[in-house]
Amino acid sequence: MSDISLFIALPIGMAFFIPIVSRNIKWFPDIAGNFTTFVLMLLSLLTINQEIVYNVGNWKPPFGIVLVLDGFSCLVLIIVNLIGFFSTLFSVEYIEKMFTSKLRYYSLFLLMLAGMNGVVLTGDLFNLFVFLEIASVASYALVGFGCEARELEASFKYLVMSSIASTFILLAVALIYGRFGTLNMAHVSLMVQKYGMDNVIKFSAVLLFCGLAVKAALVPFHAWLPDAHPSAPAPISAMLSGVVIKALGVYVIARITYNIFEMDTMISSMFIILGIVSMMIGVLMALGQWDFKRLLAYHSISQMGYIILGLGLGTPLGILGGIFHLFNHSLFKSLLFLNSGSVEYETGTRNLEKLGCLSRRMPVTSFSSLVASLSISGIPPFNGFWSKLIIILAAIQAGRPFSALWAVIGSILTLASFTKVQRYVFFGHGKHFKLESLPQIKEVPNLMQMSMILLAILCTVTGVLALGGPNGIFGPVIDVLTGGPSAYILKVLGKQ
Amino acid sequence: MRINEETGMSLIVKTVSRWLKGFVFLFGMYLTFYGHLTPGGGFSGGVVIACTFVLLTLAFGKERALGKLGKTLSSVLDCSGALLFLLIALAGIFISGVFFENFIEKNYPGKVFHLFSAGIIPLCNIAIAIKVGASLFMVFIILAVRRVIEVDGKRKLISTEFFDMPERKVK
Amino acid sequence: MIYSLCFILFIIGLYGATCKKNIVKIILGLLIMEYSVNLFLILLGWRKNGVAPIIDSQTDMKTFVAHSVDPLPQALVLTSIVIGLGVLSLMVAISIRLYQRYGTFDITEMKKLKH
Repeated sequence: MSDISLFIALPIGMAFFIPIVSRNIKWFPDIAGNFTTFVLMLLSLLTINQEIVYNVGNWKPPFGIVLVLDGFSCLVLIIVNLIGFFSTLFSVEYIEKMFTSKLRYYSLFLLMLAGMNGVVLTGDLFNLFVFLEIASVASYALVGFGCEARELEASFKYLVMSSIASTFILLAVALIYGRFGTLNMAHVSLMVQKYGMDNVIKFSAVLLFCGLAVKAALVPFHAWLPDAHPSAPAPISAMLSGVVIKALGVYVIARITYNIFEMDTMISSMFIILGIVSMMIGVLMALGQWDFKRLLAYHSISQMGYIILGLGLGTPLGILGGIFHLFNHSLFKSLLFLNSGSVEYETGTRNLEKLGCLSRRMPVTSFSSLVASLSISGIPPFNGFWSKLIIILAAIQAGRPFSALWAVIGSILTLASFTKVQRYVFFGHGKHFKLESLPQIKEVPNLMQMSMILLAILCTVTGVLALGGPNGIFGPVIDVLTGGPSAYILKVLGKQ
Repeated sequence: MRINEETGMSLIVKTVSRWLKGFVFLFGMYLTFYGHLTPGGGFSGGVVIACTFVLLTLAFGKERALGKLGKTLSSVLDCSGALLFLLIALAGIFISGVFFENFIEKNYPGKVFHLFSAGIIPLCNIAIAIKVGASLFMVFIILAVRRVIEVDGKRKLISTEFFDMPERKVK
Repeated sequence: MIYSLCFILFIIGLYGATCKKNIVKIILGLLIMEYSVNLFLILLGWRKNGVAPIIDSQTDMKTFVAHSVDPLPQALVLTSIVIGLGVLSLMVAISIRLYQRYGTFDITEMKKLKH
């Protein structure tokens, strides 16, 4: 597999091919969408342990655009395409019942996937901005997909905040170009090594970080997330919360801080403080919610705090914890959102006070929801336990015991919040629950069950991936980040 | 109930635009085809091509413009413009191994400053012009073509929906 | 000096996008912000006594390289303007449908999403 431009070309091609054919053939969007995401998932699994620097158009860097595939982008690529496949598998039946326009849904979904693949693979700053905008615009349209009043309001709020963030990012790229005269990421880091960071570059680094923090939903830039995630259709919520805020937010922040600018103690402390604040505010606000998906959205904010805390610690064990938690969180959070989609498919509501007693009528949904809730709370042997344990151990090892304390408190509050969800939805009932609505509820159709079961199996099994510590399976990923700017420059530009 | 409809503009505007629409379209094509030699290129050529149809809509009303370029045809042109661009880029993989490579220039180099030079760039310009022209015309028609109905002194905006709006089935 | 005028335009757009209550004014604020960054990007390529970066059969290459304006920001801005156009059309479509649903363009009236 040496042609990584297929990751971008294939979804774009299929996204524009679907509207031509589907005017007459009604079943084409489902088959085409699922086939494309399946092929992309297989291709992404083939890229493990490869390091490719691909010159688009055969122009050498820094004149042309490069696509870089190393350990870190391989991991995020696998996450993006895997969750994309499970989302399209789920949405075959879901969109059929709940929305009217299928071909537009699949076109926008494939465009969003192409944009995210592009962000992960690119090695050029302006190309990053273009793919960021492609993925963001597709997600604005998908958030307000059923055109009800609340969804459009949430979509407009998301649009305004995210557009301001994109403009900040473009201004930062313009300042970097004005100072250094180049846009290639490795070349920029070479120049930063040679000339140091003067005021213009510090200002543009701050602008970049603020813009990307809005995309990654860190506190205090998180205000769009609790409105946008519940209003989207359930597979899109799973994609947004499981993949988009990671590929567009955390991946680019980590790439820019570790591989382009120098990671020093000030940035590290800032990450740790932001991580702890996100953790606590997310969990505390989630405890008082009565809407299922809004609760899950606040938990997304808090788990992103864990990831940023792990990345900010700077030691190899800390980076391992952060990256493993990124992998795990996308698995169990998308499973939770797909569960809430199943519950809404059958009962028609998301309000915790009106739901109840679903564990007897919907066994697959309740079992996978139990698995996902135990994972996110950090109960052994599921994968959430291992990643949170590694983060806590790394915090103690790095000499910051208070961070470890806050992480433990956050974990306990997460457990409390999900006990509430399980009690009100599956094993007990809410205050306004009507018992006579129960016999009409049956289990969701087969394809939706299959995607949930597969995700639950992955949640259980992937706990073992962290065996071996920083030298195990995630070794190449950690080497990319701890190698710093010099390793990145050597890989992309050759010897300088 | 009084219905306000767009019936077009006066006779002078209609006559002049009937003469001018061919020249505007020709100017758009000139910007596209000579985009690798003079300023212009795919985007600006596409915008001017869309302006032809916008001129038709403003001067004559929407039926005339939609008779020339209906909604199905513009949607198909939009997608096939993007697909043509992607196929040209993918052809680079099959012919010389790298995505988006200028394979025509490497194998059959043209004379400099002539119309048939610079490899795949004129072909990409044409694909982009088709896509941008069709897209902008569709955006203009969907956003701007409406009917205003006055009911008892309160004005309500009713839209003539050209594509079915995506909606929730189960509210 | 000119760059600071671009930043003033950016601040005006940021003020419009965050402090105004009418949806149309918010959209205009976002647009002004985006165009100010495009203007800044083009102005980066300016050179004193510069010529436009177009070659025809009579140009002398040495004087051209010494005098021409930087063409790369112009290509970047072309892409950025088209991206801005795409986002603008989506914003306008959403605001038209918001008016159909709520009956007003005032964002303080749109409070159906609970806390």
